[in-house]
Amino acid sequence: MAERSGSGVLSAPAAHAGHAGAHPAPRGFLRRYVFSTDHKVIGLQYLVTAMLMALVGGGLAALIRVQVAWPTLAVVSPETYLSVVTMHGTIMVFFVVSLALVSGFGNFLIPLQIGARDMAYPLLNALSYWTIVPGCLLMLLAFFVEGGAAAAGWTAYPPLSALAEAVPGSGLGQTLWLLAMALFIASFTMGGLNYITTILNCRAKGMTLMRMPLSVWMFFVSAVLGVLAFPPLTAAALMLLGDRHLGTSFFLPGGLVFGEEVLAHEGGTPLLFQHLFWFLGHPEVYVIVLPAVGIAFDVIAAHARRPPFGYRISVWATLLIAFLSMIVWGHHMYVSGMNPLVGEYFSIATVSITAPFSVLGINLIASLWRAKIRFTTAMVFALGIISVIGTGGLGGLYLGTSTSDIYFHDSYFVVGHFHLMIGVVTLMGTFAACYHWFPKMFGRLMDERLGKLHFWLTYVPMMAVFVLMHYQGLSGMLRRYYDHSMYAFQAEGIELARVISYFAFAAIAGQLVFLVNFSWSALRGRKASENPWEATSMEWNTASPAPHGNFADDPVARRGPYEYAPPGSRQDFAPQWTA
Amino acid sequence: MSSSPAAPAAAPGRGLPALLAAAFVACALLVVLGVWTHGRMPALASRHGASIDAVIRYLLVATGILFLLGHGVLAFFVLRYAGAGERGSPHASARTEWRWALVPVLVMCVLSEGGVLIVGLPAFRQLYVDTPADPWVVEIVGKQFEWLVHYPGADGKFGESRAELVSDARNPLGLDKKDPNVADDVWTRGQLRLPVGRPVLIRLRALDVIHSFTVPEFRVKQDLIPGFLGRTQFEPTRAGKFEIACAELCGLGHYRMRGFIEVQEQSEVDAWLSDQDPAF
Repeated sequence: MAERSGSGVLSAPAAHAGHAGAHPAPRGFLRRYVFSTDHKVIGLQYLVTAMLMALVGGGLAALIRVQVAWPTLAVVSPETYLSVVTMHGTIMVFFVVSLALVSGFGNFLIPLQIGARDMAYPLLNALSYWTIVPGCLLMLLAFFVEGGAAAAGWTAYPPLSALAEAVPGSGLGQTLWLLAMALFIASFTMGGLNYITTILNCRAKGMTLMRMPLSVWMFFVSAVLGVLAFPPLTAAALMLLGDRHLGTSFFLPGGLVFGEEVLAHEGGTPLLFQHLFWFLGHPEVYVIVLPAVGIAFDVIAAHARRPPFGYRISVWATLLIAFLSMIVWGHHMYVSGMNPLVGEYFSIATVSITAPFSVLGINLIASLWRAKIRFTTAMVFALGIISVIGTGGLGGLYLGTSTSDIYFHDSYFVVGHFHLMIGVVTLMGTFAACYHWFPKMFGRLMDERLGKLHFWLTYVPMMAVFVLMHYQGLSGMLRRYYDHSMYAFQAEGIELARVISYFAFAAIAGQLVFLVNFSWSALRGRKASENPWEATSMEWNTASPAPHGNFADDPVARRGPYEYAPPGSRQDFAPQWTA
Repeated sequence: MSSSPAAPAAAPGRGLPALLAAAFVACALLVVLGVWTHGRMPALASRHGASIDAVIRYLLVATGILFLLGHGVLAFFVLRYAGAGERGSPHASARTEWRWALVPVLVMCVLSEGGVLIVGLPAFRQLYVDTPADPWVVEIVGKQFEWLVHYPGADGKFGESRAELVSDARNPLGLDKKDPNVADDVWTRGQLRLPVGRPVLIRLRALDVIHSFTVPEFRVKQDLIPGFLGRTQFEPTRAGKFEIACAELCGLGHYRMRGFIEVQEQSEVDAWLSDQDPAF
């Protein structure tokens, strides 16, 4: 660390991080595990917080599945159903997947993998975690206020989300939703800035950018995307709060009528919100999917005993994907009334992402070519990611193509597609990471038998659930419906909805296996050595679990992160840190 | 490096790789067979819809092939390289890596942009570019939770409507009595009659929140944005009854915002229309 501290402003964080290692580990339970500034503890805090939120999000998913499959039971009222759908989406995207994968593993892995002693700004890191905690609490509190939680969908389109007259959840529940989202964005932005600074300034000696593992590359790109894309959503949230409480009309046109009352708003347009929302919303997909892909590359390399195919090309493809992801948001708005020619531009740009993305897919598969695969749980999850990302990715073409999207827009096809990409891929990435890096967290290994069981209870039912939703979408079934039975063209789909629900219950039950395995293994799992997978990247150059300050000596990177099967060596791997 | 890898990793049975490979192959085959045997869209009832269906069929075939191919290779590699050989292979040559980057880039560019620009073009033209000659013009006004259908009447001109005149029971469209064009206008709650074999032009607007006019048989979906006059056009190709559904979340009655379409011969539509009471 100290070697790298150069001159000027940029050296400050690096010097600080180097300094942090000199401190003795903090004593006392509160300083060590609660208000810690250690990136590993904070990463785990995020992970555990995400698991708790996942219990809520998963419970809501179960409720949705009961309601759509057995509408006559009416387990919830229509207004509660909309709150359930809205909160499921919001919690899962922002408070589970983003927290576990990006905030959790990003924090845990980045300093370890680049050979740093901590994040560039440890205190900011702790602050970002302690900002998300009240965010979670506010989001959950919304269930208990008058009118219930927000009910305008996770996309919160106005006027529905702007006016309490429009839907009961648009009362206090929506305000809490917006405040919780503001806290999330603040936290995520602090985290992103920390990632970027750490990766650019705190790398160990010899750790050039092109010697970073692909997971770090993807966390980096994800952080840059997040920092660029979130501010417009912050602006949108503030403008929406203004429309709701201060009488502004950013998103509300004149002549809105509820009952027989004409509202006083005038001059705004609901489409503006959609543009601002999706300017974030689409990059957000890549913010959470790319780290899962990076983790898959890391895990596959270690357990397939060969370097990933096309490391450099994957880096360039990822940068291209990131750029393209910022200029395609309009593909969520083909049928919104936006000028169709603009839509056609968005369509051309959107489907062009399949080119760099398929490069990543090919590189993932080709990383198995002439490999010597060890079928650990982490590895089978990574293999599952290849299957799911292929399935979900190809489905994206139907929605990116503006003409076929007219038919599929807001149907269950969309629900199936995005759940595969930002639900299953990201969850499986999180799981692969848990099984793979568990030794660095707790000095123990997760149970492999339970792990394999967890894999089968994840891959099979989740693929079944979301692939079958594509069929429902093909038959014309629409999303966010409390009850499909009154429509001739949708009623048939209810039978399939029941099958989907059974698979969904199995998938949810499967996650309990993971929670049991995680907590049991953390306390009682088999002890792990420093480098149980015989992996090559820097995080394995330290004790398991990684101690405070991460490394005993200042590590030096002497080669690339994936020197598996090096020619002319007896050992089938050459760690990054050995001479 | 003090110890060997975890025991399950060190001794991979043949069972797991075979099971995984079987799962990937089964997944691919089931999905494709499922679409083949059970993938059905509601029977087509509009002219441009044929070209939308062509895009969907094209994508089904193109992505179906890639899907089978990808899962096939994945399954093969999983089986073939399941702990086989002394050790994995080192880095591939830059040449090999670039070659295998170019292949997917070329394939996907042709396949995906071809879908948008070539296969999708007829649908785009019919929906957004062509101006239909002598269209049947109707206005649909969305409000929570019903579709108000507004016919211009014999004069072919829609009467003015104003928000402050909206009265749920008597005048939900807020039509202005003073406008001479209003007199022969006709409105209904959710009853849309369309002539068969004649282009239809629908004006779309919303009173309260966003709704989305959806008729799956016509392959039509278009949002109604408050404060904005939208439009959609299509040509019904067969007589029959169809349902209008709302595709954009619009509140707690979203799921029951149903409307009814009856496509008939022009003469029947005209006769029905003349039986309706004018707006005022």
